[in-house]
Amino acid sequence: MPLLFARRLGQSLLVLLAVSFISFLVFRHIGDPTISLLGEDASLADREAVIAELGFDQPVAVQYLRYMGNVLQGEFGVSYRLKRPVVEVIAERLPATLELALIAALLAVTGGVILGVYTAIRRDAWLSRALMTLSLVGVSLPTFLIGIGLIYVFAVELQWLPSFGRGDTVQLGGWTTGFLTASGWASLVLPVCTLAMFKLTLIMRLVRAEMLEALRTDYVRFARARGLPEKRIHYGHALRNTLIPVVTITGLQIGSLIAFAIVTETVFQWPGVGLLFITSIQGVDVPVIAAYLMLIAALYVVINFLVDGAYLLVDPRLRRG
Amino acid sequence: MTQRLPAPRFSAPLRASAVACVLLAALMGAAAVQAETLRWARSTDASTLDPHALNNGPNHNLLHQVYEPLIIRTADGKLQPTLATSWALTSDPSVWEFKLRKGVKFHDGSLFTADDVLFSLERARSSSSDMRSLLVAITDVVKIDPFTVHIKTSGTTPLLPDNLINIQILSAAWARKNGVETPQKASAKEETYATRNVNGTGPYTLVSREPDVRTVLKKFPGYWGTGLFPLPIDELVYLPIKSPATRVAALLSGEVDFVQDLPIQDIARLRADAKLRVNQAAENRTIFLGLNVGAAPLTYSDVKDKNPLADVRVRQAFQLAIDRVAIQKAVMRGLSVPTNIIAPPFVHGYDKAFGAVGKADVAQAKKLLADAGYPNGFGITLHCTNDRYLNDEAICQAVAGFLGRAGVKTTVVSRPLAIQTAAINGQDTDFYLYGWGVPTYDSAYVFDYLVHTRGKNARGATNATRYSNDAIDRQIVSLASEGDSKKRDATIRNIWTTVQKELIYLPLHDQIQTYAMKRRFDIPVNPSNTPYFKLFKLAEK
Repeated sequence: MPLLFARRLGQSLLVLLAVSFISFLVFRHIGDPTISLLGEDASLADREAVIAELGFDQPVAVQYLRYMGNVLQGEFGVSYRLKRPVVEVIAERLPATLELALIAALLAVTGGVILGVYTAIRRDAWLSRALMTLSLVGVSLPTFLIGIGLIYVFAVELQWLPSFGRGDTVQLGGWTTGFLTASGWASLVLPVCTLAMFKLTLIMRLVRAEMLEALRTDYVRFARARGLPEKRIHYGHALRNTLIPVVTITGLQIGSLIAFAIVTETVFQWPGVGLLFITSIQGVDVPVIAAYLMLIAALYVVINFLVDGAYLLVDPRLRRG
Repeated sequence: MTQRLPAPRFSAPLRASAVACVLLAALMGAAAVQAETLRWARSTDASTLDPHALNNGPNHNLLHQVYEPLIIRTADGKLQPTLATSWALTSDPSVWEFKLRKGVKFHDGSLFTADDVLFSLERARSSSSDMRSLLVAITDVVKIDPFTVHIKTSGTTPLLPDNLINIQILSAAWARKNGVETPQKASAKEETYATRNVNGTGPYTLVSREPDVRTVLKKFPGYWGTGLFPLPIDELVYLPIKSPATRVAALLSGEVDFVQDLPIQDIARLRADAKLRVNQAAENRTIFLGLNVGAAPLTYSDVKDKNPLADVRVRQAFQLAIDRVAIQKAVMRGLSVPTNIIAPPFVHGYDKAFGAVGKADVAQAKKLLADAGYPNGFGITLHCTNDRYLNDEAICQAVAGFLGRAGVKTTVVSRPLAIQTAAINGQDTDFYLYGWGVPTYDSAYVFDYLVHTRGKNARGATNATRYSNDAIDRQIVSLASEGDSKKRDATIRNIWTTVQKELIYLPLHDQIQTYAMKRRFDIPVNPSNTPYFKLFKLAEK
């Protein structure tokens, strides 16, 4: 086990190094790095001075080594656009994204599993058929469109829910939470629905397919023959065995929920790291972009690690290996 | 021992007057508690609260509510005394005298004096300030008395007041106490105090600041202008909302009261809404096309042996092929003013003759191209922005269509502003769309950046046309210190005549800026896109 752990750690570090290096290669092509530091009417001499001051005239390898040297000392630099330390900026915005992703994940997983099981057990009920048709809509509509549509219906026409922002938040130490205020929860509804829609339909269809498969297996037939109650067969046996692929997909999807809440956050002006990322790209805020990409890479690595660990819980056969 | 009964707590008359007082207080309270809040949405947030850190629109927009310069320019284009009450040249034509306003307080209660002006101008001229380019002519600032300063310039600088409209005045004592004597350097390792803290003389003070989320300002009770300006708003809430659709939705749902950056396609719908008011006016921004007129062959064209744009007939053909009026009607939905000069009408040096737009003539364009040696046209790439100007990408596609009619096969490559500016600054484009505003309201600003040879005399930074004319360069430099206004105007006229004839740029139109708001507000559009909230009145009061 310790050997396995050490190997995984080594692999994770390699992934982080690769991601950071590739992002540095990309930075030369995202535009003028002085755009957040100098206005449109700065002189050429000023621009060249700032570029030299920030080291952008050096070759990529030199820039990369200097950056990694700083990172290893815990220094992620200062945002060009906001003029504040990158770590502070990201830490400030992370709670918003994590809360959004958490609720969306809960909704997607519980909704997906429940609906998936229902549509598998009651295949021919009209509700099942309706859900399957609707799920096609959820899978094929782009997030942006769903978000704007929800805003139009619920914020502009019905005026039930806010169209942007996080509402009132409460500061608990280093964490700002929207869970303790009514406006916080009201602001969560539309973004969570938008973000979770795709994942929910994905998980639902996956669970349904896996359940149908499991219900056709021999051991389920023998269990029925033995007279076990249906409920025990469905949940105690069939569902447990469908969980492995579901756990894999869900794990990766949760990572992507956090990483790619970008579109949802932009549509709803949700002050999370996704919106920070897209604004930083427009403002060529290289320190923030680099730190964000490394954070996301680390996140995926950790999630993968946890997913592999979860397999051991779900499938007893793996525990011996 | 006699026991006295305790006197009744409240005798009848006392009770009656108590009730009267409570009623009165309630009435007064009901009247006083009508605090006017304006929730104001734009597409981008100010990046920092340090007024000298970045010379761009959104930053100035927010900071003009909390800080003040010596002079501001109002929506009608006039200079208005703010922290300076009057200004004039002294007997020495290179020295300006500014008389300062008395009785002005900063938000922390300290008094404004000439020391703060000296300090702030020094700070704005320091090497880490982005306002530096506007103050290059200044050689020294001298305090004459606590409310008079002399600003010394190299040569005569007739436009000095125009250059001061965005230079905010900070409190010297506050800045020194908090270690922000200079704006934060690009390579700084830490944040400075001025990034998130404010101490200005402006009508609003900072209550809270969450970058990219919400900035809350409230009225400053000690403001010198209380009573002099309408100042109808007690609380200003600034809300950056990046997505244009969400911004409009927030206005329609009533969650914001005033939106500044409107997508063109939604304006008709907002006009039709009885609960909203839509104001529009010409913006101080001209959209134009730049052409590489240098001698070397083009990089982004299929003509490999020479530069077709170096021939003025080809440029004339381009000019005749593009139908600006059609762009105004079809692409901009009427929200542009076609023009033929990179300067809106209120800029000094503008002339109707220069700005007049001729009719498109495709046949003549084809003939000119044939004369120049391209009877079958040629191919070229048009570099465009897609996130900066109103309908920028659509404009480029329309231009490509028009040039195609004349035989020039144009490929539109659109990209974010950051990449476009990198290309223009690095002269890595042959045909590009760009926009330019003239904050000093004088043509010299246009010449300095767009016409002068790139990289000489600290000018020409945004000139990617490779146009280099020594005689014109000399004339442009002379504008900075020419005291005789007749001579200066003649020089400006001469330069424009040359620029218009050479067609190194093809101006398209001046943008029209639109604001939408709840009906009871009436905020006029300011050409610099910086509304001053102290100046407007509510519509129904």
